[in-house]
Order: sequence, then structure tokens, then C-alpha cells
Amino acid sequence: MKYTEIMVRYGELSTKGKNKRSFIDRLATNVRQSLHDFPELVTKAHRDRMHIQLNGEDSRKVMQRLGQVFGIQNFSPSIKVERDVKEVEKVAVEMLQEKFHAGVTFKVNTRRSDHQFIYDTNELNDMIGGYILDNIPGIKVKMKNPDFILRVEVRLNGIFLSYETINGAGGLPVGTAGKGMLMLSGGIDSPVAGYLAMKRGVDIEMVHFFSPPYTSEQALNKAKELTAKLTPYVGSIRFIEVPFTEIQETVKHDVPSGYLMTVQRRFMLRLTEALAQKRKGLAIFNGEALGQVASQTLESMAAINDVTTMPVIRPVVSMDKNEIIKIAQEIDTFDLSIMPFEDCCTIFAPPAPKTKPRIDRAREYEKRLDVNGLMQRSLDGVKITEIKIGDEFMNEQEESFAQLL
Amino acid sequence: MIYFDNSATTKIAPEVLETYTKVSQQVWGNPSSLHKMGESAYNLLEQSRKQIATLLNCQPNEIVFTSCGSEGDNMVIKGTAFEKQQFGKHLITTSIEHPAVLNTMAQLEKLGFEVTYLPVDKNGQVSVQDVKDALRKDTILVSVMAVNNEVGAIQPLNEIAELLQERPKIHFHVDAVQGIGKGIQELIMNSRVDFITFSGHKFHAPRGTGFIYKRQGRKLAPLIAGGGQETNQRSGTENLPAIAAMSKALRLLLTNEGEKVAKQQAVRQAIYQHVTSFSKVTMFSQLNDNFAPHILCFTIDGVRGETIVHAFEKYDIYISTTSACSSKKGTVSGTLSAMKIPEKIATSAIRVSLDEHNTLAEATEFNRVFDILYKQFEKINS
Repeated sequence: MKYTEIMVRYGELSTKGKNKRSFIDRLATNVRQSLHDFPELVTKAHRDRMHIQLNGEDSRKVMQRLGQVFGIQNFSPSIKVERDVKEVEKVAVEMLQEKFHAGVTFKVNTRRSDHQFIYDTNELNDMIGGYILDNIPGIKVKMKNPDFILRVEVRLNGIFLSYETINGAGGLPVGTAGKGMLMLSGGIDSPVAGYLAMKRGVDIEMVHFFSPPYTSEQALNKAKELTAKLTPYVGSIRFIEVPFTEIQETVKHDVPSGYLMTVQRRFMLRLTEALAQKRKGLAIFNGEALGQVASQTLESMAAINDVTTMPVIRPVVSMDKNEIIKIAQEIDTFDLSIMPFEDCCTIFAPPAPKTKPRIDRAREYEKRLDVNGLMQRSLDGVKITEIKIGDEFMNEQEESFAQLL
Repeated sequence: MIYFDNSATTKIAPEVLETYTKVSQQVWGNPSSLHKMGESAYNLLEQSRKQIATLLNCQPNEIVFTSCGSEGDNMVIKGTAFEKQQFGKHLITTSIEHPAVLNTMAQLEKLGFEVTYLPVDKNGQVSVQDVKDALRKDTILVSVMAVNNEVGAIQPLNEIAELLQERPKIHFHVDAVQGIGKGIQELIMNSRVDFITFSGHKFHAPRGTGFIYKRQGRKLAPLIAGGGQETNQRSGTENLPAIAAMSKALRLLLTNEGEKVAKQQAVRQAIYQHVTSFSKVTMFSQLNDNFAPHILCFTIDGVRGETIVHAFEKYDIYISTTSACSSKKGTVSGTLSAMKIPEKIATSAIRVSLDEHNTLAEATEFNRVFDILYKQFEKINS
């Protein structure tokens, strides 16, 4: 079927009262950004629905992308026909025939936004339903839970037919909940945490620590590639790379090995907070889950969290590893995450980290260090990249390889 | 030279060979190595996979590289049998499958599995009702080819898929070695199909490479254990030059597929219409949508297939006695005997199989030679 437009139904937006307009505008911006490489599309966001006119673009590809935009409850690909019942009947039969197999049930559900149309909804339901029954032998009408609901919408500019309703990603439009910083390693958990933050409307910026030569260029590219995997939900994401070598070397040298990890992480959190303040972020997100590794006991979280008063939100904190992996697979970050590059959390991992570090000790050990100087030099070396949908970092030779293929 | 034996193998395309050579010389690292050379090889491997997935409208992790079509069939059939034997030991296939399927099934029978071989009708098609009747509680696999390699009959995959909707746990395998690039991609890539076998050298890629489609979430016990390549499904250092070349060959094959199919149909029709005007010709293929556009199987009654193949060869025209795998063994075509063609006629069968490069001029030349040979054979055959 050649669809002419996609009708989008909003999710929780409808309950947002006075803010509704700004939520819808934000959603429209996100949709446009996410679909930016389909130049023919025309997107119109109305109070109750959004209409995306395809103008010849591939509906399957557009819908695939649309399924990732937060704030959409569901959507229906539809076909626009002339305001002529004969025409409606013909297309309706074609549509249902495509999905027909023995014993299929259907009903017609008409809606008129143009109340001047010559037939009312009941008449239209009867006429179109009757025509389908006559022309698709074996099809049956069923009012409760039919296999297909043929939706017919009479508008001033035409009549729109659809029978499929595809679930959207749910959640809230990204950006409606403000901005937060995500501490992105290269592992499985942090991209999932980022995804969940975005799902509730947070506009995230990635903060990634890298320690050359202990971490490779590949590890940095992997983090960027993971970021690229999350862009379809928003359009683009800023990636902030923070040099961490000097801090790691100094901490390794001056802090007892049981507290290496705690002190390193305190630095990471301080740096992230500093970046958040500078860039108007309201909270810090990370991929910590309780009990997974030494740094993720409550004692450890408390000792690390000690350095900031900014909210530190841990979307996956109470999830089992398997639950996190399931989401990682759904958002296609899992295969990337398990690629075996050292990141700065693994290289200086002490043989026996304290699982119950004490806040006073951590503070004590840091007194031996020039915390401000180390922080400042690291912040001075920060580099920011804007990552867009489809950007590719793992495969620098992609274009020359494309010539070969 | 006229090459009409494309179902046996195809000529490697020059651009494809170029890719093979370049990759052999320039990207020869092991994709599993950690360093830059390994990374580069890995990236090319994954880019090749992604291109194939895009061309077939599936996900990259649904493509597993193999060494050939036979390996793909073995991988799916034995892999299913070993993976799912605690749920049942019954498999269903058709009596007209390629030996890679039939002999794999026979091996499994010796190991205690039960196999139902479905019959076909006179058109070489399996009946959906037969599939339905064969299904048992302990059935774990249904394996049906897309296009028969001997007569070109297209199997009713949509109907079987619909039937299997109610039995979602059964693995549904399609051997599509003869079906790719023949205008039936939608049929092959049916959403209920779990596994599909493809072979590179049937579409102008080098020998020794192929792939299967393996639907996300479906599991097969690996047959080759080792270093864990191909997400542990098939260990062994990847044949990267051949894989990259195959990815390119597939792209070229599917570019303007419609035009290419139409061209093969026209050549096939020209031959079909000519040879069927002779009284001693029995034609097994048909000019309709139930048959692939590139295969014609027929006889000159009373003349052995082998004789006809060699007679054409004298004119530099290359055809085959049914499938390449059975032709040297002198056995009768399995498909024709399943179609209940008497052995006396079946031994005369020859197969003309086309690719997108064959032309109407070649068909005309074939027909001219056919007339000469037909006349010659009349002397011994009246």
C-alpha cells in the first residue's frame, strides 16, 4: 500500500494542562529533527494529533524512525482519498485484502471533523462495511476486538483511511524535562540509563572520561558510537570528552590502593558537576546499579556522592543485570558495549577495592592532592562534539569500504 | 560461448573479482585482532554484513556467513535438530529439496530423528494441506525450498508461513539458493520464515562463500565450534575477501532487479515457445508466476539428457542434465521422479538456466542449434 500520511497520537501530553502547547511544539521539533533526512515530509502538529504528510517518502522507513521518538503513544499510516464514498470503498477493500486470510474480522470506525459531509458516521460505517463484506468473501464483521479496525476520517481536505495502529515509544518529548549530564563509560549500563532519562523527557549531554595512552582511540570512538545509537530519540546529542590521564596517574601514585576507585570516581563526579553548572544542566545521570561491582554498594555510592549536592539520578539502580541487558539489546547498544576495549573505569581497577569505603578516609586521602589544580587542567582540555543521527565513529574507512562494496 | 547453466554456478563479475583481489591485498588482517589492521578488517566485515542486511530488509545480526549453500542448509537443519531435540525429533521437508537438505535429513534419521518427506504435484509444488497433515506435536522444523533447482517451481511459502503462524515454535527454513534476484524477495523474506539459505556463487560472487538469514531470537546449535566468530554460530577465521565480494555481488544483483527478471523471462519465453512446438518435446517448466524466471526443464523424448548436453557443447553452448550435483552420478532427477514423471522420460531431461546477462540473440542461436540437433536425433528416434 502506498501511504500518503502518518497520523500521530500523543502520549501523556494530553494530560499536561497549560503546558500542553509547549510540549506539542517540542515534540514537533523532535520529530522534524529525527526525520531531517526525509526532505519531502511536511509535519503539522495540531492540538490533538500530528499529521506527517509523506509526499512520496518511504512510509516504512519513516515509521521505523518515528517509533523511536519519545512522547508518541501510537501512530497510523493512512491513505488520503477524494471525498467520494465510491473511492473510499475501493481503497478500503484494497487495504483489507492485503491483510486478508480466512476468518479475519473487522469493523469500520468513522470520525468526521467535517460535519457538513453529506453522510453521517453511522451511514458511512454501514456503507463502507457493507461494501467490504460484499467484496471480500469470507471476511466477517465483529464489533468487539476485531482483527482490524478500519478507521475512516472525514476531513475538509479529503478522507483518510487507516487500519494499523503502531505503538510509539511512549514517554515524554525529550527536552520537556530540562537538561542533565550523563556519565557515559563504554559499558552496558550507562547507555541504558541515558535512554531511560531521555524517555522521561530529559535532554542529555554525554560526559566521557578518557585516559590516553591507557585507554585507546577505539574506546573513545566506541563511546561516541554509543552516543550515535541514542541520537534517533532526539536528533542530536552533545558529547563532552574529559581528559582524565593526569588525575588517574596522580591518584594511583598518591592514594592507597583500596581507595583508588572511590577517589577517582569522586573526581569524575566533581568534574561532571562543574560541567553541568557551566552548561546549565540540572542533574547528573549515571548507570550505577546496586551491588553490581565494588563501586556500587550503598556505602560506596555515599562516599562518592559526598562531593556534590546536585541530584545524582541512577535510572537503572534497582534493575537486575538481565533487565538492563534486555533494554540494551532493544536499543541496539549491547553489541557495541561488549566490545573489549579498556575504559578508564577498568584500567586502574585495584585488585581489592574497598566495598565499604569511609567518607572521612576518602576526604583525608584527597587532602594529599591538588584537587583544584587537577580539576582545572582537566576542564581546560575538554572537547565537545555534536553527534547526529547516522554519524559513524567505529569505522573510519567507511567511505572507502563503500567503494569496495 | 553461450552459458545456460547458471543454476549450477555463475561467472564471477569483474567488479566483484576486483573487490576480492583488493581486499585480499589491502585488508588482510584478522577481524578478531585487537590492533588497527584487525579493527579495519572487522569494520569491513561488519559493513559487508550491514549492506546485505539492508538489501534484504533485515538486521545485520540476522546474517551469518557460511562457506556455501550446503553449509547453510546443514547449519540450520542439524543446528535445529541438536538445539531442539528435547522438544521433539520430527522434521518435515519436501521430496524435491537439494541433496544438501535431503542427505542432511538422512543423516539425522540415522541418529534417531524422524523425517516426513512431502510429495509434490505434477507442477512440482508441495501442497499446504500436506504440510498441515504432516505437522505433529513433536515437529521442530519445516524446511521448504523457495525455487526448485531442477524445474524452477516456486513453492507456496506464504501459505505455509500462514499455517505455521499457529505453531510459532517450529523453525521454518527456506533454502533460497535458486530464489535470490529472481523477483520473489517478498515471498522469501516472509516474516514467519526463521532461516534462509543463500549461496554466493549463484549470483556472481566467488566460490566458498554464502550466508544464512537467522531471525532474531531463534537459536541453532553451532556445528563448527572454536574461536566464537559469527556470534559463536560459526567459528573459523572469516573469509573476508569473499564476504566483501559477495556483499557487492548481492548489491549488483538486486540493482534493477525487475528489469533483469523481465529480461530472463523474455529469453526463457523465446526458448520455451520454440522448443514446445516440437512434438517430441516434453516440457516440465511453465511460463507463469508459479515458476522462477530463469529455469526451463524439458526433454527430447527418447534421447538421453547426457547426449543432448554433449551435443550442445559441440556448438559451445552449455546446458545441464537437471542439477549439477546429480548429473555426474547418472542418477535420475529427484524432482522429476517426485513429480511422478516415468523414469524413461526423466532420463532425457535437460535444464536450461539463465542469468541476467543472457540475451535474446543467445536464445535465437540456441533455438537454431536445437533445430539441427532435433533433426539429427530424429534419425535414431523414430
